[in-house]
Amino acid sequence: MKRVVVTGAGTINPLGPDVAATLAAMREGRCAIGPLDFRDVDRLSVRIGAQVPGYDPAARFDRQQLALYDRCTQFALIAAEEAIAQSGLSFDGELAERSGVVLGTSDGGHNTRDESYRAVYEEGKNRVHPFTVPKLMNNAACAHVSMRHDLRGPSYTVASACASSNHAIGQAFWLVRSGLAPVMVTGGSEAMLNFGGIKAWEGLRVMARDTCRPFSLGRTGMVQGEGAGAFVLEEREHAMRRGADILAEVAGFAMTSDASDIVMPSREGAARAIRGALRDAGLDRSEVGYVNAHGTGTAANDRTECAALADAFGAHADRLMVSSTKSMHAHLIGGTGAVELLAVIMAVRDGLVAPTVNHEAPDPDCPLDVVPNEAREAKVGAALSNAFAFGGHNAVLALRAA
Amino acid sequence: MPSDIRSRTRTILAEQALLNPSDVADDQSLQDLGIDSLALVESIFAIEEAFDIQVPFNANDPQASEFDISSVGAICGAVEHLVREQKGAA
Repeated sequence: MKRVVVTGAGTINPLGPDVAATLAAMREGRCAIGPLDFRDVDRLSVRIGAQVPGYDPAARFDRQQLALYDRCTQFALIAAEEAIAQSGLSFDGELAERSGVVLGTSDGGHNTRDESYRAVYEEGKNRVHPFTVPKLMNNAACAHVSMRHDLRGPSYTVASACASSNHAIGQAFWLVRSGLAPVMVTGGSEAMLNFGGIKAWEGLRVMARDTCRPFSLGRTGMVQGEGAGAFVLEEREHAMRRGADILAEVAGFAMTSDASDIVMPSREGAARAIRGALRDAGLDRSEVGYVNAHGTGTAANDRTECAALADAFGAHADRLMVSSTKSMHAHLIGGTGAVELLAVIMAVRDGLVAPTVNHEAPDPDCPLDVVPNEAREAKVGAALSNAFAFGGHNAVLALRAA
Repeated sequence: MPSDIRSRTRTILAEQALLNPSDVADDQSLQDLGIDSLALVESIFAIEEAFDIQVPFNANDPQASEFDISSVGAICGAVEHLVREQKGAA
């Protein structure tokens, strides 16, 4: 089995248009949640979220590209560009033929779908844009990253709701670890902050009224965000031969299914995934210093996740730092694990643990060190990233310092 | 007609519980009827649609919502109150 390292990272999300700005915001504990701004927002009862601020598609892409790129694809391309640039790789010859892309998304080209339905149902038009299908399909972002960078190996999209990014990164990890691909571009993207997207989520009645307060007493639910994160995963020997800057090692990955309820999380399923990731990474639980929690801010998730961590880590749970960066960038659904992996890399590389902001008071149901409100300096040798999706899909990644 | 609101609400809950409305009593809880959290959210949606009202309810913390869901009778009473409040005299 090959060892797998991260040699590039990129993002665009509500906290910033790149990795440097995002990590700076996490360090400051800045919350990007605010009033939503899009058509018909006044017909929604949920009017807060985290949009990418000041985003101007026309400044990034030309007219022909925009005819083909949904916002979800645009975000993925921006994040992948940054990650690949940082890695210093350019893909040609055999490297291009064997390297690929695995991206996660829950809803793909949601804005294209929403706008097209509006045109035919509300405005009574009988025609939609000719590129509607290639624009809205869930694999569009992955396809365009592959085309842009000439990645000709395995490429596909993973959709497992809120665990999509972690599943995608785990798949890319496996492809490199098994020797099938020397390099994989991976991560996830989501863009469904529009009338139809929020209207559907309203129905579940789990959305917060004020802001996202994971693990805090007085939390009222989740808040939606948008954006993308991307990473270059590379076979360690390959990276070392070319003298690449190694950001972290992806040491393990595990997936489980609750096989119980379509929305309610399971302590047992989550704990099994956490234990599985530790085992796969060959990590003793005492070696883990930080867990980037799924931490959605719903009563059910936060309570269940803390119980699962206590089960999996035993007495060491009391010495763990556990934070939810969703308190800052909100819940990017299929893109969330990718943006959250940036906080994991910051912990093991820079010794800085991102906080859980908007924290008002400890919840007795969440009796862990949730790094409330302020980032913390700490030496972290290994860290986990949790993702627990609707459907009972659990995916946990384990990273080590390089 | 308040009694009509009560019987329509009871019918909505009975449909979720796969029971005859006549088998649903005011002193029963949602748990007694086998209505779980998803079925509750669906019931509230059906109530909102049937009476054209907004029901204040957050699934994160159902007990803390203003909408009393402690029993079938309490729900019927709360719906009557909301209809009166939001639609004028019922």
